[in-house]
Amino acid sequence: MKAIPVEAGLILAGVLFMLGLISVLIRRNIIFMLISVEIMLNAAGLAFIVAGARWGQPDGQVMFIFILTMAAAEVSVGLALILQLYHQLQTLDGDAANKMKG
Amino acid sequence: MEDFLWLVPALPLAGALILIVASGKLSKSVSGFIGAGSVGLSAVISIILGFRFLEDSTIVIKQHLWSWFDVADLAPDFALHLDALSMVFIFVITFVGFLIHLYSIEFMHDDEGFTRFFAYLNLFVCSMLILVLADNLVLMYLGWEGVGLCSYLLIGFWYKEEKNGYAARKAFIITRVGDTAMAIGLFMLFQTFGTLTIQEILNQAPQALPMDSETGTIIAFLLLGGAVGKSAQLPLQTWLPDAMAGPSPVSALIHAATMVTAGVYLITRTYAIFELAPLAQQWVGIIGATTLLIAGFSALTQNDLKRVLAYSTISQIGYMFLALGVGAYSAAIFHFMIHAFFKALLFLGAGAVIMVLHHEHDMFKMGGLQKKLPVIFWTFLIGSGSLAALPFITAGFYSKDQILWLSLAGEKGNIWFFLAALTGAFVTAIYTFRMVFLTFYGEEKTHVSHPVGSLISIPLIVLGVLSLIGGFIELPHTLGHLQLFTDYMAPVVPANVLTSGIESSEWLIQLSATALCILGVGIAYFFYMKRSDIRAELKRSMIVTNRFWYSGWGFDQLYDLIFVRPYVFISTINKNDIVDAFYAGIVSVSNFFHDAFARTQNGVMRWYIMGIVVGAIFVLSIGLLFN
Repeated sequence: MKAIPVEAGLILAGVLFMLGLISVLIRRNIIFMLISVEIMLNAAGLAFIVAGARWGQPDGQVMFIFILTMAAAEVSVGLALILQLYHQLQTLDGDAANKMKG
Repeated sequence: MEDFLWLVPALPLAGALILIVASGKLSKSVSGFIGAGSVGLSAVISIILGFRFLEDSTIVIKQHLWSWFDVADLAPDFALHLDALSMVFIFVITFVGFLIHLYSIEFMHDDEGFTRFFAYLNLFVCSMLILVLADNLVLMYLGWEGVGLCSYLLIGFWYKEEKNGYAARKAFIITRVGDTAMAIGLFMLFQTFGTLTIQEILNQAPQALPMDSETGTIIAFLLLGGAVGKSAQLPLQTWLPDAMAGPSPVSALIHAATMVTAGVYLITRTYAIFELAPLAQQWVGIIGATTLLIAGFSALTQNDLKRVLAYSTISQIGYMFLALGVGAYSAAIFHFMIHAFFKALLFLGAGAVIMVLHHEHDMFKMGGLQKKLPVIFWTFLIGSGSLAALPFITAGFYSKDQILWLSLAGEKGNIWFFLAALTGAFVTAIYTFRMVFLTFYGEEKTHVSHPVGSLISIPLIVLGVLSLIGGFIELPHTLGHLQLFTDYMAPVVPANVLTSGIESSEWLIQLSATALCILGVGIAYFFYMKRSDIRAELKRSMIVTNRFWYSGWGFDQLYDLIFVRPYVFISTINKNDIVDAFYAGIVSVSNFFHDAFARTQNGVMRWYIMGIVVGAIFVLSIGLLFN
């Protein structure tokens, strides 16, 4: 099996991360922002997998399991918050929740 | 009787406390009774004590009341020390003070601040007694500041008029200049001697301070600074004429008889230091001589009756300083006592005149009072005679003659001191009788509202008698040679040392002084009774000099120029406090950053995320660049 070059994997991870970041920045809908954060998390997980494969170490995959677990927890908390937000403000617009400005 | 010494200052203090605590609750007669009575009792005690001293003036009565405080090595006691010198002072303070209190009962009767007046006056008497009875210089300084406070309160007694308040503040601030010098002098004394007990300092001075030493001279000059401030001598004399804003009894008691002579007391008390600093002592004489001339000429041109007396007080204290400067301590104290009698008399008389003439101060609007107010006229005439030193019959002649004689014949005297004193005596005679002729002779210009009562007349008569006979206890060599006062003072001050071979010319000096005095009276008579047309012409031709003298030789304007205006200028610049600008700067910088950071807190989440991203890029680039 021909190994995928490590640069390609890292570039894919970087592109995914940037896509997620940009969509967090430009999206107004808070659910989409949450999904974008998930994309960024997966991009980071991908970078770990690629790096683990490059050095033939299991650590990358261990880290991915951690990230996966953390992402699950994050989504559950995030969705709960979104529910509350929607309940309070009757909207999913993230900018509407700017009450805490200085 | 010695055990009752503490009552002398304590009684007026008790009087003051009662009057202050019960302010407004007591009727006027009760207030007056407490005020005058407490001082009267003090006077009785001090007169009884005085008889002890007349028998034997070498005795010293000490009374240790309690230790005031004890810090490091400085442990001043609240202790009283009565010797021949302080005896003279407590006699004058309580006795003249009592007469003035009596007078005030009638004088201030219609004043709404009657109780307050007596409270202040009693407090003053108490402070002044502490000043002269103090056993150490710290306690003396307490009295010194106490009289300053009372002087301030009483000058501004009629505080509703703004200018009285200013006069009070002026007196307070200018004397404070001298007091600061004196305080520094006390610090240096403590450093040199390790004690501030007066007698110990006097005993140790010859060993601790070599003759003409630098420390001794500086200490003497600093003490002189304090004396100059309190006694209204050059260059701090400007407050006294304005202090006449206070009621007349106050002028009589504080600004003529007692407080302003505190400087004379201080220098006499610490004479040992001045003896060891000949330069400073010479300056005492120079200041006295200059002051007596300057104030004398100023008195010539005043219109306000009380201002004439104020300048005359400055001038007479100048005589005392001159006497101190030539080492004639007993002569200075003798003149102090006689001056207290006749100047208190003159101020009380002037106050009565001003009262019955509806508060008219201008002498040119008075006149013809000799028939209307015979008691005031005769006593005022006696006081004036004493002030002008009319020969043989008045007390002022004997006290001033002694100073004149010793300013020339004393070991430290010289011809310039003598000429200044002689010129001063001549000018004194002119301005005194100018005042008498303008006030009491001529035609009546202001109607007399009412005759004065006995409470005003009696003090005037008593003081008048003292101003006549007070001098007979000290007669010069040429006239009987009686030296009761000098002998009395001998235990506490050094004796007068005469230049050898000069005794024979004493009669010449007396004759010239007598001639000049009578000439002065004659000139006053000529200009103010006979030929007032010439007077007006003379005034026109000398209008510049006249204005210069009238303003007290321009000292107020000078001080205004060199102290007040620069001060006001600097304070205008520094209105917002230059030092504070630094701290204000810190505040505005942090405010700026606060605003800047507060703006980033806008509640829009994507800005926060952007901030995190930018920060992460920043940190990463730094990590890459410097790795």
